[in-house]
Amino acid sequence: MSLEVFDAIVIGAGPAGNAAAYTLAKSGLKVLQLERGEYAGSKNVQGAILYADALEKLMPDFREDAPLERHIVEQRMWMMDDNSHTGMHYRSDSFNEEKPNRYTIIRSQFDRWFNRRVREAGAVVLCETTVTELLKDTNGRVIGVKTDRHGDAILADVVILAEGVNGLVGQRAGLRQELQPAHVALAVKEMHFLPEEVIAARFNLKGDEGVVIEAMGTITKGMVGTAFLYTNRESISVGIGCMVQDLAENRVSSSALLEAFKAHPSIRSLLEGSEVREYAAHLIPEGGYKAVPQLYGEGWLVVGDAAHFVNAVHREGSNLAMTSGRIAAETVVWLKRRREACSAENLAEYRRRLEASFVMKDLKKYRGIPALLHRNKHFLDLYPRIASRAAQIWLRVDGVDKRSKEGEIVRDLRAARGWRGLVGDAFKVARAWR
Amino acid sequence: MSGTKIEEKLFQNRYLVDAGRPHIKVRAHDAPSEELRALVDICPAGCYTETDKGTVEIVADGCMECGTCRIVTQETGEIEWNYPRGGYGVLFKFG
Repeated sequence: MSLEVFDAIVIGAGPAGNAAAYTLAKSGLKVLQLERGEYAGSKNVQGAILYADALEKLMPDFREDAPLERHIVEQRMWMMDDNSHTGMHYRSDSFNEEKPNRYTIIRSQFDRWFNRRVREAGAVVLCETTVTELLKDTNGRVIGVKTDRHGDAILADVVILAEGVNGLVGQRAGLRQELQPAHVALAVKEMHFLPEEVIAARFNLKGDEGVVIEAMGTITKGMVGTAFLYTNRESISVGIGCMVQDLAENRVSSSALLEAFKAHPSIRSLLEGSEVREYAAHLIPEGGYKAVPQLYGEGWLVVGDAAHFVNAVHREGSNLAMTSGRIAAETVVWLKRRREACSAENLAEYRRRLEASFVMKDLKKYRGIPALLHRNKHFLDLYPRIASRAAQIWLRVDGVDKRSKEGEIVRDLRAARGWRGLVGDAFKVARAWR
Repeated sequence: MSGTKIEEKLFQNRYLVDAGRPHIKVRAHDAPSEELRALVDICPAGCYTETDKGTVEIVADGCMECGTCRIVTQETGEIEWNYPRGGYGVLFKFG
């Protein structure tokens, strides 16, 4: 294999790497994909929600054999305090469509399936192979990789780094910096198994319908973070994540946060009687647009989590990964067809195409959100408490007239934050959101 | 800490331990930095412990390869973090 030169090497077999390798192989390029896990997906962790659109653009027929759990018909957004949640739920029968838009998935199964499609498209896939370094020529151009499985170099015209959030290969080659504790969240997750009919009854579901809950509030103990609960066919994924900087400064165990979340009165009964079969932890790059590193160079491109493509506000990541993987591959195919080199100048086209897509547009739109939350931790603590108190006052029927109740709610708001604080918060959010 | 202990949680997981070749090492030290000491509390797999001498040591067998420890101690240089050899380490059944 040492003297074989590939058109492209893809490092990693998650959503970004699989999307890239699939697109390249489909176009007839000679592709080598390297994955350090025993199989594609064995190192990967996600909630997980699949956004159909990004995958549909690669393979319109994916629904025929992809391992999908439930299509989502209901989204619950909860602001939690210590013993309550104030929620906004949206459920619609229009999500019961022929080609649903969002599904829950189990990543190890999904990635394995996706990677099988990559092989069928003609890519050479080597698992249990860790890339140890990028090879550069004397001009600093990336020309291939070294792995821990084959002593020899493997050469390619371009290397696509889809190595995930812990992108050591790119970091050690000097392509990008180490992640900052303020830019990355640590999430932990458990898989709780329950009979299909129990899940259906608990969440008011029929057939393959599914529910997702996204929660924030005092469950993250004043730190920036969110929690989630997703229904799979015969299991429930439940997890919580906080910024690494906050966890380190406060010396808080994510595992303990998850235990507390599971014990919350709003969550406990949903999980009752379940059997836990896995506990996982993973980082999520949540620094947003300002944390996006250099995306291309002489002979290389970076995609997915390694490129910090996560929209934390909308809990989207795998779709940005697949889209960036596809666009990176399309750029390479485009250059190949024009018989042009994968130089930094030519690969700049990847960034231009990304800028024109939702990937960079969305990241840019929310570029102020990470810093906003970092500087305003009370958003996730104070407001859920205020909402809960207001609901208590409003909903309890206790002989107090409604005008007095309204007055009490307004006084409570003012006491908690002050008018200046409230207006300031609203202004800050509006400015970061626009 | 409430509820299930981390060790019990990890018991559910699948690992292929590369015996004798830990992928994370703590460099020899007399007194750990604040960052290194924080790992005793924040490592989600509970891999880090404080010894009687006040130093911090790691047993990486239950590591889920999240990378938190590498990021937290990047300025102090107290740990050496590598991927396990191909095929070794945590093998997520569900992920």
